[in-house]
Amino acid sequence: MNLIDVTLKLMDGFLVTLALFFLTLLLALPLALIFAVLSRSSFRPVKLIMRAFIYIIRGTPLLLQLMIVVYMPGIVFGNPLTKWAVFGGNVDLSYFCGALFAFVINYACYFAEIFRGGIENIPKGQYEACAVLGMSRSQTFFRVILLQVIRNILAPMSNEIVTLVKDTALARTVAVTEMFFAASELLRVNFIIWPLFYTGVFYLGFSALVTAVFNAAEKKLSRYWK
Amino acid sequence: MALLEVKDIKKKFDNTEVLKGIDLSLEKGEVLSIIGSSGSGKTTLLRCLNFLELADHGTITVDNKLIYDGDDPSFRDDKLIRKNRLNFGLVFQQFNLFPQYSVRDNLTLAAMLTASAEEKKDKKKLKDKLNDQADELLKRIGLYEKKDNYPCELSGGQQQRVAIARALMLTPDILCFDEPTSALDPELTKEVLKVIKDLKNSNNTMIVVTHEMDFAKNVSDKIIFMSGGRIEEYGTPSEIFDNPKSPVLRSFLNNALES
Repeated sequence: MNLIDVTLKLMDGFLVTLALFFLTLLLALPLALIFAVLSRSSFRPVKLIMRAFIYIIRGTPLLLQLMIVVYMPGIVFGNPLTKWAVFGGNVDLSYFCGALFAFVINYACYFAEIFRGGIENIPKGQYEACAVLGMSRSQTFFRVILLQVIRNILAPMSNEIVTLVKDTALARTVAVTEMFFAASELLRVNFIIWPLFYTGVFYLGFSALVTAVFNAAEKKLSRYWK
Repeated sequence: MALLEVKDIKKKFDNTEVLKGIDLSLEKGEVLSIIGSSGSGKTTLLRCLNFLELADHGTITVDNKLIYDGDDPSFRDDKLIRKNRLNFGLVFQQFNLFPQYSVRDNLTLAAMLTASAEEKKDKKKLKDKLNDQADELLKRIGLYEKKDNYPCELSGGQQQRVAIARALMLTPDILCFDEPTSALDPELTKEVLKVIKDLKNSNNTMIVVTHEMDFAKNVSDKIIFMSGGRIEEYGTPSEIFDNPKSPVLRSFLNNALES
């Protein structure tokens, strides 16, 4: 197999990697906002349950969470995820959905903590300035506070999202046919090992892209903060 | 009748009584300074006037209209508070400008958002009108050429002057200052105090919580000295500074003027 064949094979996997990455972001970001709000709830039980949940998810390996989500239904309920397969074919969507679920929950917890920090770091004076100028709560949040929160969370979010790029490789352990899985298949079937190392190039390139997007955003906002 | 009448304002935080019954009145165009050591309740009083805190008891009347009664829960309604607090403006110790808006937009933002539905119909016209008003004010405080700059590009003194203009933009009946120069060095303090003096000359009614004794002496019509949540002494600058009656005020002035 030459470089082009391998690249094409890996690209198949990379598309799954990309799907996992973007779907995780798409679902985890709004969920994180809900988690962040709940973990700041003035109703104590809600706040405590939310914080305990976040603590547990952040305190255990994503790898373990993946296995729990994907294998528990089969072991405990005698109803394996594979039986849920929606399409037949090469991509086993059921495992993909299981892995996606674990990723979304895991990342929503990390993002929620970042959001919470970003919101709590806004000086009280900004809210008070809006209040004495007669602005409503929603005007205050959307016109004044939100951009400052975004600015606060940009650096930690950039970190976390680059981590997500690389964490997608963990999905291989639960038989999601992402890029790392594709490389392992080349080793298992064709006995060539170098594609495993070649995957690094894809991850690096993708991380570079994510970092560049965040740098651009940071540069744009730096106009307002010195 | 006075422009502002405040009667028997009381405020407790947990179990600490911070204000133990404050009365004061202010005529239109007068400047009232509030002095006193930290923890005497000066800032809390100002915050009660601006409804950043809600007094537990007592009334606030502006221009013969009752705008707050601590014993009547209907005055705690969010919408009513938003409306009533516009009788007052407040300038903070830490300026609290909005970093993501230019100087001019800092002035126009609130007016833009709180405009009536009628005015909002023609956004362009409203924006032009507010920009003109803002430019007028910026010229008055000598910062017109900074109108497109962002707060982080200004000195502390300039930021505070913009904050004053922002408060004036909504034409409050009474403009309050919470230690407006405490975060500034002496040079910058001067330029801010000069703006406040100019405002007095154009007949603005103001309440200033301050540690600047010279300023209180030279600019105020009346001075309140607070201690332990009460008004310990009340009078004209010469009564307060040249002829203090209470021993607490005397020792406060000794300390303040020494340093």
